[in-house]
Amino acid sequence: MARFEPVLMHGIGELDLADIAVYERNGGFAGLRKALKEMTPEAVANEVSASNLRGRGGAGFPTGKKWSFLPKDGRSRYLVCNCDEAEPGTFKDRMLLERTPLQIIEGLVISAYAIGAKTAFIYIRGEFLGGFRIFKEALAAARERHYVGPKILGTDFSLDVVIHRGAGAYICGEETAQLESLEGKRGEPRLKPPFPAISGLYGMPTVVNNVETLGYVKHVIERGAQWFASIGPARSPGPKIMSVSGHVRKPGNYEIPLGISARELIEEYAGGLLPGRSLKAFQPGGASSAALFSEDLDAGIDFDSLGAKRTMLGSGGFVVMDDTACMVRCAQTLTRFFEHESCGQCTPCREGGQWVARMVARLEAGEGSEQDLRVLGVINNTITGTNLCPLGDSIMPFLGSVLARFPEEFAAHVALGGCPLRAPIAGAA
Amino acid sequence: MTPERLARGKELVARYPQAQSALIPFLQYCQEQDRYVTPRAIEDAAQIVGITPGEVESIASFYTLLFRQPVGRHIIQVCRTLSCMLRGAEALQDHIKRKLAIGHRESSADGQFYYEEVECLAACDRAPCLQHNLEFHYDLTPAAFDSLLERWRANPPSPAMPAE
Repeated sequence: MARFEPVLMHGIGELDLADIAVYERNGGFAGLRKALKEMTPEAVANEVSASNLRGRGGAGFPTGKKWSFLPKDGRSRYLVCNCDEAEPGTFKDRMLLERTPLQIIEGLVISAYAIGAKTAFIYIRGEFLGGFRIFKEALAAARERHYVGPKILGTDFSLDVVIHRGAGAYICGEETAQLESLEGKRGEPRLKPPFPAISGLYGMPTVVNNVETLGYVKHVIERGAQWFASIGPARSPGPKIMSVSGHVRKPGNYEIPLGISARELIEEYAGGLLPGRSLKAFQPGGASSAALFSEDLDAGIDFDSLGAKRTMLGSGGFVVMDDTACMVRCAQTLTRFFEHESCGQCTPCREGGQWVARMVARLEAGEGSEQDLRVLGVINNTITGTNLCPLGDSIMPFLGSVLARFPEEFAAHVALGGCPLRAPIAGAA
Repeated sequence: MTPERLARGKELVARYPQAQSALIPFLQYCQEQDRYVTPRAIEDAAQIVGITPGEVESIASFYTLLFRQPVGRHIIQVCRTLSCMLRGAEALQDHIKRKLAIGHRESSADGQFYYEEVECLAACDRAPCLQHNLEFHYDLTPAAFDSLLERWRANPPSPAMPAE
């Protein structure tokens, strides 16, 4: 099967795209030139809407629609590029940051032009120090050649770009928490509405877009909305970078046309399972996504197909677990993650997340009880849908899905006083 | 506040439309100088951005890359989330803790090493992985870690996390 021709990933691994001369020779800033010299901001925004590009950070909200929420009241607006990638299993944005920073800059400037922002921020995850340094240099080079700063490419459009480093907090990837953090506060999500388009950074109209999303804006402008919209399913079109990891032969970032099957991603792109193993479960879209199983291998990888299967495309962090993986251990790892990363504002997430993590840890350690299993079976109603932001809603999906699919594995941890997949436990009843 | 720190604070504030946005970058700068965020740095930050030290405390305490106590010179942060767990992170963690004789969020008595298990570092295709003073190391086995350790002992990094 012919491999999909990379779009955002074109040249990564072969060309030094962080070098502005190399980037320019390979189509760099062609999109920006077209946008600024041949199109009005409205035309750029319309093209993005027509493409049906949906956000690539996790929520999948249509980008053009998000931009259209900005009020036409003459107030300044801000663009924030969300590079706080921290969704477990996701490593595409760090790759883009480190390997093709100028492409991000180009997409950012085009988008700022479209929405009329004069200042843009890029919020880079604190752990990505190396990427921050690379991006800083790339930005300086772009400024020098007038792709950023005053009177870009000799036009009347000027844009300041401010680089801001995070300091360690997964929740700051959520757009309103990111704005709080950018304002110099604790990264505690805000209640929506009001949405950032109305009241965002410093209370001003703001658009927050993921790195990958901004990268695709460049390509939508260069190749046209029609080109983008015709790739994959009509309501979930375009290329997407899937980060594949776990029990596969070739973990890595793979740019796919949305709509291919999970089977194709695992077998054709990621080299299939490890020798002698069989598939047990896979998480298609980050830690917040419910697991799918071997009967779901023909599921389409796109926002709506996965939504219909009660899971999500999310960030595209695709983790494969084979028959050597204990589902209780996997669930323990993830519930511990959410407990750690909870900002603490909402009681069901803060307290419920803590108790769920403890119960699953008990089960994994062989100290769990029937009572724990019973509580985990009903706690979904109190934790999910009762919090201010999606983190609280992320605690149960994976756990609930593997509890339902492998109840005997959880029960065995109770009966045996430990994990049936590990070495035999001495003295187990 | 030293004149140098004051100048840096003002420079950071000038980057943003509102002063408080400079808070975390300023704390990161102070941490690079002092190896952790000291009580003095909290007060300096409060003065720079115009809020109370108590508010600065509350904000600083939210972020995992800001240390409120001195930590070892080598800051070793090993990923513990799903993809790394699936590829052997636990065995690596056990090995490192035995080797350095310290546990999660502890520093060695000689002040050389700090060890912490952290959440997903976005390097899942090269698991297990860790960061050493925010520098990535990938595809780790216990033996590979031991080699790194020798290199680090021979070439100690600048202490603490760099700010920029």
